Amino acid sequence: MIPFNELITDNLPALVVVLPLLGGLLATLVGRFAWLWSTIITGSVFLLTYTLFTAVQAGPGMRYEFGNWPYLWGIEYRIDLLNAFILLVVSGIAFIATIYAKLSVEDEIPADRHNFFYSVWLLAITGLLGITITGDAFNVYVLLEISSLTIYALIAMGKDRDPRALTASLRYLILGSVGASFILLGIGYLLMVTGTLNMADMHAQLMAMPEATQNRTILVAFAFLLVGLSLKMALFPLHTWLPKAYTYAPSAVTAMVAATATKVGVYMAFRFLFTIFGYKFTFVDMPSYHILIICAAVGIIITGLTAIRQTNAKKLLAYSSVGQIGYIVAGFALANPQGVAGSLVHIFNHAAMKGGMFMALGAVAYRVGGTNMKDLRGLGKRMPLTAGCITAGALGLIGFPMTAGFISKWYLVQGALAGGSWLLAFTILFGSLLAVIYSWKMIEAMYFREPEGKTAEATEAPYMLVLPTMALIGLSIYFGINAEFTAGTALKAAAALLPGGVQ
Amino acid sequence: MSDVLEIYNYWIYIVLMMVGFYGVMAKRNLIKQAIALGLFQTGIFLFYISMAVVDGGTAPIWMADGATKVPNPLAVPAAFDNPLPHVLMLTAIVVGVSILAVALAIIINIRRAFGTIEYDELTKIEREMEAREAREAAQ
Repeated sequence: MIPFNELITDNLPALVVVLPLLGGLLATLVGRFAWLWSTIITGSVFLLTYTLFTAVQAGPGMRYEFGNWPYLWGIEYRIDLLNAFILLVVSGIAFIATIYAKLSVEDEIPADRHNFFYSVWLLAITGLLGITITGDAFNVYVLLEISSLTIYALIAMGKDRDPRALTASLRYLILGSVGASFILLGIGYLLMVTGTLNMADMHAQLMAMPEATQNRTILVAFAFLLVGLSLKMALFPLHTWLPKAYTYAPSAVTAMVAATATKVGVYMAFRFLFTIFGYKFTFVDMPSYHILIICAAVGIIITGLTAIRQTNAKKLLAYSSVGQIGYIVAGFALANPQGVAGSLVHIFNHAAMKGGMFMALGAVAYRVGGTNMKDLRGLGKRMPLTAGCITAGALGLIGFPMTAGFISKWYLVQGALAGGSWLLAFTILFGSLLAVIYSWKMIEAMYFREPEGKTAEATEAPYMLVLPTMALIGLSIYFGINAEFTAGTALKAAAALLPGGVQ
Repeated sequence: MSDVLEIYNYWIYIVLMMVGFYGVMAKRNLIKQAIALGLFQTGIFLFYISMAVVDGGTAPIWMADGATKVPNPLAVPAAFDNPLPHVLMLTAIVVGVSILAVALAIIINIRRAFGTIEYDELTKIEREMEAREAREAAQ
């Protein structure tokens, strides 16, 4: 008989996925306690990932063979600093977003569907955590589809407030499925060449082939994966599904998905480009540097300009999200320590800022009923805490000193200069200028206009909505002042991805 | 020439996938798009199953001797096809069915909310909604 606590500690990596999976299925059975149940599940998952993170931070990394099958036969979970960090971000945001979801969901979704909502919600989190923790390429595809399918359903649940949630969800479903199919094809071609699905083993097999860049099968695999991943992480110009999906989804869903789903897409790109193909193949032998940098830079500018023209604050932030993905992609495409670290730091910083801002807009929708610029007018007087959160988040998007956005842009600009790309450094700064303009539109409406319509009668949102929002925005400011934890972790993780090891 | 014809199942996979991809991008009816998406994925199943074939291989089943029920080494064929891609495709088929189910559920709801499943008409309705919102915002 094995002691219970030993059973837990020995199977930590499996529990991170199994707990929300079973929890999600059981959420349909717990009646009106679905929210409490989801909070407990996501809270425990957060504690589990924290334990994993501290274990990995001290030691060399962890390996876990699922079902005790040797790793080339079965599925292996492999945890290093990179995915432990992403796991911590995803589970932390999921926990905070679940607390926030209670009132927002009661307001926006009919009561008879709450159980299904939380069930699908937990399954989406399962998929996102699973993609991050697994070391098996096909497992990535399956979990990707689990998270994508549940997110399509979550977005479609916004239909009671605006029927356009349905068309947005279907558009995302079609493009998302094509993207995932491309990833599946890429994995298939890799399987043909290497005969394995284990990521580390794939890398070893590819390294053993001296003429890998001449092998057409590998080139096809690389092309399919690059396009599929770009679709999934909404890299310009493959971002067209994103703005409407974020705008019409229920508030809690937008906050959670915006903060985690595209970030996990970026993590997949890290794994495929750096861990499987390796630095040399991806960035020395292939022109991926140029393709990714051009898409990212053009995306930063065009989505910034589009964001300025929006009259709906949620859509404005959605376009801004595509631009931020541009920063993240530009960072890792530079493939130097500062760039990759900036990219990783920005994954966390943007998740905290944008998650918090979408939550604040959800609070506005809760009190005022909409998120148009008109609804924001005079908000500074009526809902000071919510307006303060939006303002602090906007400062972060601009990259104002003392916010987390400043830290990531600092590293990204350093990375661009180290890579000798003056034009990219200029684009990053120009993108901040565009962020000033679109953020100012919101700030001007909130503080320099008189409230009208429903906003005039609005009072501050309930604490169940404001506190989670302030928690996320607070985190983004705390890690802007004291960046030792995020930047230190990111630099270490970046060094492990690049040749030359720890610097 | 014979090399090209021998791998005809790969040609079928590419044609099937391209027909599906064309349908997803070009068809204006949502149901047709969903069908095309299914076709696109079926092409990928065929690709995986084709890659599993080993020259002279048979189905990967360990044949027991009929009378004694003891594995007979002589009855074991020289080569087995690779069963791994088959197993992967079982999972992918389930995923494909789920995608189709979610897509059809959303399309039913679109029909209820908008009264049409034609892409062009939906775009027109959405444009009108957006124009109305823009007018309200300008006030």
